[in-house]
Amino acid sequence: MDFWPERTVTEPLLHIDRLTKRFGGVVASDEISLSVPHGELHAIIGPNGAGKTTLIGQLVGEITPNSGAIRFNGRNITATPTYRRSALGLARSFQITSLFLDFSVLDNVALAVQAHAGHSFRFWRPARAEKALRDPARAALARVGLAERADVVVSRLSHGEHRQLEIAMALATRPRMLLLDEPMAGMGPEESARMVETLRELKRELTILLIEHDMEAVFALADRITVLVYGSVIASGSPQEIRANAEVRRAYLGEDSAPVIGHG
Amino acid sequence: MNAVLTVRGLVIIALVVALALVPLYVVLAGNYFPLTLFTRIVILAMAATSLNFILGYGGMVSFGHAAYLGIGGYAVGIVAFEGVYSGYLQWPLALAASALSALVIGALCLRTRGVYFIMVTLAFAQMVYYIAVGLDRYGADDGMTIYRRSEFGGIVDLSNKIVFYYVCLALLLGSIYLTWRLVNSRFGMVVCGARSNDRRMRAIGFPTTRYRLTAFVIAGSMCGLAGALLANHTEFMSPAVMHWTRSGDLIVMVVLGGMGSLFGPLIGAVTLLVLEEVLSDVTEYWQIIVGPLFLLVVLFARGGIDGLLAGANRD
Ligand SMILES: Nc1ncnc2c1ncn2[C@@H]1O[C@H](COP(=O)(O)OP(=O)(O)OP(=O)(O)O)[C@@H](O)[C@H]1O
Ligand SMILES: [Mg+2]
Repeated sequence: MDFWPERTVTEPLLHIDRLTKRFGGVVASDEISLSVPHGELHAIIGPNGAGKTTLIGQLVGEITPNSGAIRFNGRNITATPTYRRSALGLARSFQITSLFLDFSVLDNVALAVQAHAGHSFRFWRPARAEKALRDPARAALARVGLAERADVVVSRLSHGEHRQLEIAMALATRPRMLLLDEPMAGMGPEESARMVETLRELKRELTILLIEHDMEAVFALADRITVLVYGSVIASGSPQEIRANAEVRRAYLGEDSAPVIGHG
Repeated sequence: MNAVLTVRGLVIIALVVALALVPLYVVLAGNYFPLTLFTRIVILAMAATSLNFILGYGGMVSFGHAAYLGIGGYAVGIVAFEGVYSGYLQWPLALAASALSALVIGALCLRTRGVYFIMVTLAFAQMVYYIAVGLDRYGADDGMTIYRRSEFGGIVDLSNKIVFYYVCLALLLGSIYLTWRLVNSRFGMVVCGARSNDRRMRAIGFPTTRYRLTAFVIAGSMCGLAGALLANHTEFMSPAVMHWTRSGDLIVMVVLGGMGSLFGPLIGAVTLLVLEEVLSDVTEYWQIIVGPLFLLVVLFARGGIDGLLAGANRD
């Protein structure tokens, strides 16, 4: 906890209490309880359809849970609208890239900066000339290695660059906590390796909830891992504990395979 | 690369210069008809410009935009009918009435998306239309004649047709300039971002609805002012101004000229209304020609005519 010296409260940054979400007959979140203390990188793994994205949707307020509660930084945010959760310091990236395709890369990130630079009822001055928006945006791009691509229209970027931009936009909101939904999805091995390095950097100053199928990355980065299957938490613990957990190996990692597997 | 000396830049400059010279032609030729036609074109181009702000930049397909044309026009007409001709009262009232209507209608419509938004804006416009039909004191179905144009205490004389034309042209160019400032401001970035990806906008922290609503109100008032001009131009106001086909015309102008392009609505208005004028002399079924033309533009030139002009320079 040495990077949060000013904090004296012991409450975890994110606390999820018996969160339940049903889609018709499908229970996408089944009484999920989870705590993420300040500074932790917490990975969530689980097979396709386990409810990982649905969990993030509820954390940011796009999806309303049927029951349960979410506390963030000491307050109950279960009914708080999405934009306000962003203001409180919760930022997400999307599993399926969700960007402003017809804007330049820098415009995308500058919008994220603008969202947290007071209200936007400013009607006259050209926003693209505002250093207060452009400079932090460039800094966020530099952190994910996209600085050179600032002026390119987003629709012309490669898939890997889209994934990097996803992270840059989340970062530009200056969050306390990042919720990353499969940041490495569809990336080649080199790009993945670079993303692992980026996340390792971010981990030093941010609390992160990481959803990822790439087990190598998960075991390399995570402080703790939670395993989700059919909406339920079947295990939660240190990477060593998860690796040794018989139920996890049976349900997810595959009984015969080595604990560290490649791409999911 | 000189930003202005593109095909597109030249066409726009030529168009604006030509519009500015219409009164000169009229005086030299001694034929006042083109002035009447182009005053109408300029006013409707202003209405289309206001629609373009929410439709082209904001992605809000309002199918009831002519309602604000009528509300602004009726504000002028009703006040004139009651014997008050001061433009200092009429025009602010036209702005206020259209802004307020847009606020109420927008607040309700912006709860919906996509096709529903189109249908709900249409429904509200129809409601306003039938309210006007019900105004027995002000001519109901038949409308009312406006006997005097708005008066500005001798500063400008709107009953002079050339002066009035230049007032309309100045307000049109002012609307385009305002749109340009708006779309590049912080506010405009939010409005455009919400068109591009509303979900992401919320995720990064924008309460987008209040910005969209503000844009809707700005567009409504700009169109209301165009309505005040229209009432002065025709010296007549009737519910027909707000008929849903009029809203359709405005959409056609925007799409034909180029959605999300500053001068697109002007180009679209000139194209549509001049074609209508020329072709209706030739045949009663001029729409048979304009209809397919519109389809061609929609199918093959996604940026409208302005997009074609911009593309002509890219090779
Ligand atoms: N909007 C929805 N309506 C109905 N069912 C849904 C909806 N969203 C998700 N589901 C269902 O909820 C379950 C969990 O889906 P979710 O997308 O959260 O899984 P996931 O763990 O993110 O999977 P993946 O690894 O494939 O991304 C699935 O069975 C899915 O079909
Ligand atoms: Mg998912």
